[in-house]
Amino acid sequence: MLKIDGISKHFGGLPALEEVSFNCREGMTTALIGPNGAGKSTLINCIAGSLFPDAGVIHFQNQRIDGLPPHQRPYLGISRTFQNLALFPRLTVLENVLTGLTPEAEQSFVKSLLRLPATRHRERLLRLKAMAMLDNFGLTDKARWPVSILSYGDRKRVEMARALVSGPRLLLLDEPVAGLNSAETARIGAEIRRLHGAGLTILLVEHDMDLVMSVSDHIVVLDGGRLIASGAPEEIRTNPRVIEAYLGRMSVTA
Amino acid sequence: MTPRDKIFYFLTIHRTGLSVCLLAVVLLAYPTLVANPYLLGISNLIAVYLIAVIGLNLFIGYAGQISLGHAAYLGLGAYGSALLTIHTGLNPWLAMALTALAVGLTSFLVAIPTLRLSGHYLAMATLGFNIVCYTIMMQWNQVTGGPSGLAGIPPLSVAGLPIDDEMRFHYLAWTLAIIVLTLGLNLARSSLGLALAAVAQNETAAASLGIQVVRAKIRIFVLSAVLASLAGSLFAHCYTFINPDSFTIFNSIELVTMVVIGGLGSIWGSLLGASLIILLPEFLHFFETFRDIIHGLIVVTVLILLPQGLVSGLKDLLRVRSLMSKKNAQN
Ligand SMILES: Nc1ncnc2c1ncn2[C@@H]1O[C@H](COP(=O)(O)OP(=O)(O)OP(=O)(O)O)[C@@H](O)[C@H]1O
Ligand SMILES: [Mg+2]
Repeated sequence: MLKIDGISKHFGGLPALEEVSFNCREGMTTALIGPNGAGKSTLINCIAGSLFPDAGVIHFQNQRIDGLPPHQRPYLGISRTFQNLALFPRLTVLENVLTGLTPEAEQSFVKSLLRLPATRHRERLLRLKAMAMLDNFGLTDKARWPVSILSYGDRKRVEMARALVSGPRLLLLDEPVAGLNSAETARIGAEIRRLHGAGLTILLVEHDMDLVMSVSDHIVVLDGGRLIASGAPEEIRTNPRVIEAYLGRMSVTA
Repeated sequence: MTPRDKIFYFLTIHRTGLSVCLLAVVLLAYPTLVANPYLLGISNLIAVYLIAVIGLNLFIGYAGQISLGHAAYLGLGAYGSALLTIHTGLNPWLAMALTALAVGLTSFLVAIPTLRLSGHYLAMATLGFNIVCYTIMMQWNQVTGGPSGLAGIPPLSVAGLPIDDEMRFHYLAWTLAIIVLTLGLNLARSSLGLALAAVAQNETAAASLGIQVVRAKIRIFVLSAVLASLAGSLFAHCYTFINPDSFTIFNSIELVTMVVIGGLGSIWGSLLGASLIILLPEFLHFFETFRDIIHGLIVVTVLILLPQGLVSGLKDLLRVRSLMSKKNAQN
């Protein structure tokens, strides 16, 4: 479904990704792991269009998408979350989630200025849809709160809700449980499993190994911008190169 | 629901529409209560400015951009309409519309390179455009009349009735201002308004959600320029005389002051901002002498104390207070 083929990305001469290739199969959860600075977020940004790769191609459902501007991703059915939350702080929870419905929203300037009954009706439907998504994440009571006063865990959930409300086909999650306590982590984990059960294709970047091992069908490991291993969770757990990459890093930082 | 609840519900749901109607009723009665042409002249000026300020507020307050050059579009609107009517004898309404169209096109061409800039660069670029326009108005004597400006601009007329006194202009200008106010409120509440706010607060996230960031900025910039142009034309036909002094960078800053005081991202705030800045010099005469300094001080004070401006700032403050007290009550 998602084919990543020979992607390279350099920042001022320093390589962040070097010829990375792998596939995400339809309906599967693929985990992308690796030590800090391995290039995971850079790869997510290349897929999401926030960064353009220097070399390589990316196909989504047999369509080439590298080089397409980021705003076309939601129309293709690709949604994402950000490692460092990217919410709209002065908007309410409901409004933040509503922005996730941009592809279905009224785009005509004139119709928006006139706010005819049909436009209003359409907005009401979108609001209902967003409210249903908030309900899913236990955020109904906070719908009218500006996100700037929410706890970190709530904000993470708002971002998930915003990414999911449009009913995407591919979900890119960049560390969805980083900084969350174990109860909140379990909650997001359950949500990921539910989405997986519903057939959504997910690319998950995460450091929490318990979560990764419990939700993924396939794991890809990056280190220093290179793909060093890929396989089923059991294979990765015992792969010596993976263990070395993690342990090596740990002994350096320890 | 009890009947009382029903009334309350109705009021809440339709609060925006009802507020606009209330304002319209007050303004309808205003000239009969205040027959003084001098006072009417002041409120007419507020109406003219309000049209431009609402457009600028959409650009600055909602889309989070900055323009220190909107007086240029006011000036283009005024001069365009004046020159067309004086030289070709065109119907003033038609001249206004053609000018707005041309200004829209100009602002579109200006927007393509400038709106890729942000922050200080955008401020400088818009300021620069204003200086260029002002210089042309000052220097191109044969056409613009230079520093002495243009006189004898024909007034607008409605149904054969020339709009040539303060009372008539009151009804015309406020009708237009209320239409613009309504359109502004509509846009702000629409999905496009939400998209603009999203662009202002996080461009990367906005783009990832399907919002075309640059396009959104350009559209709102063009709208704000067209509104400024219409306000400028209205100004020209109302006073039948214009000169470059009304379209300097200081007038641009005055427009920004109106936006900032009333509230970034508050359409109603624009009404308050325009009214305050136009009324203050009438009450405080030293204000006129130190106008530009005082504008600067007001902007700085408001931005430090209530960065969202008076209306949105107080609204946010109250909203967060009430949410916090609810939260505490729950615990
Ligand atoms: N915009 C940028 N400009 C310059 N260098 C960058 C930029 N973004 C990332 N890098 C560098 O690229 C490398 C890969 O970064 P990336 O954020 O992709 O790592 P990551 O695997 O997501 O790490 P983490 O687990 O800490 O999130 C790092 O060395 C980082 O410093
Ligand atoms: Mg990262």
